[in-house]
Amino acid sequence: MPVAAVLILAAGTFAIRFAGPLLRDRVTLPDKVNELMTASATVLLFALVAVSTFTNGKQFGGWALVIGVLVGGLAAWRKLPFVAVIVLAAATTAGLRLIGVA
Amino acid sequence: MAAVALGAAVTGASFGAISVGSGLPWWLPVLMSVAIFAGGSQFMAVGIVAAGGSPAAAVVAGLVLNARHLPFGLAIGDVLGKSPLARIVGSHLLIDESTAFAMAQKDPARARAAYWACGVALFFSWNTGVLIGALAGQAIGNPSTFGLDAAFPAAMLALTLPALKDAATRNAALVGGAIALATTPFLPAGVPVLLALAGLFVFKTKKEEPCPSPQS
Repeated sequence: MPVAAVLILAAGTFAIRFAGPLLRDRVTLPDKVNELMTASATVLLFALVAVSTFTNGKQFGGWALVIGVLVGGLAAWRKLPFVAVIVLAAATTAGLRLIGVA
Repeated sequence: MAAVALGAAVTGASFGAISVGSGLPWWLPVLMSVAIFAGGSQFMAVGIVAAGGSPAAAVVAGLVLNARHLPFGLAIGDVLGKSPLARIVGSHLLIDESTAFAMAQKDPARARAAYWACGVALFFSWNTGVLIGALAGQAIGNPSTFGLDAAFPAAMLALTLPALKDAATRNAALVGGAIALATTPFLPAGVPVLLALAGLFVFKTKKEEPCPSPQS
């Protein structure tokens, strides 16, 4: 993650945020566009979840990884605190690897 | 609001620790949090780069993710204040939570107070959390021994879960996820996640109203 990429993302994000208050007297977005923007955020995040659950970036990442994320997902679904979700996921994967599950 | 701030601190600490665990120096997640101040896109960018994706893909995905702030600003842009400084600083504090707090107030003065209080509180709690997490993360060592590669998608899944309750969004996300998985073996890392946006073709807006509602 180069610093330049961080700064470009920061500048772009600020431009998006600043555009709203600046243009609000002149622009109204159709509801459809608003909903598409919100949905696209979820689609992107979920796709990254899928890819980083099942692969190591190129091929299948192993069952220890998959099961760990599923346990974390289950914890989140059961409304456990955020920290518990993360610790359960990491501990499950680490534990499975310790007993030899790839 | 204290609970929201505490939640942000904890999420921030996770982000800091996971980022350092994925091989970043401690100050980089801290810089990201101060300069970008948008948790989802920070997780996204670090995740893509950690999976071997290009920084360009990480930036594009982060920007698409943050595009949802544009309608937020259009909706509540008047609560920031009139002066240029208030608009500039206030824009940086435009996040899901401060928008929600402002929209919950009917009176403009109270909406402004709620927006600024929430934005400032979250800016400090989020960045403090990230700093603590990043410093603590340095002690962790090899990330895969401790299952940190599982912590990362689990954290993002927890962040997405509320939005997935909506059926239309969920269908689009499932199609997009399938596209990303199917193309991962053949394309450079980071690109499949962007291709997932094709899942939006099955996205249908909830209410197709026969006639426009009076207030719109």
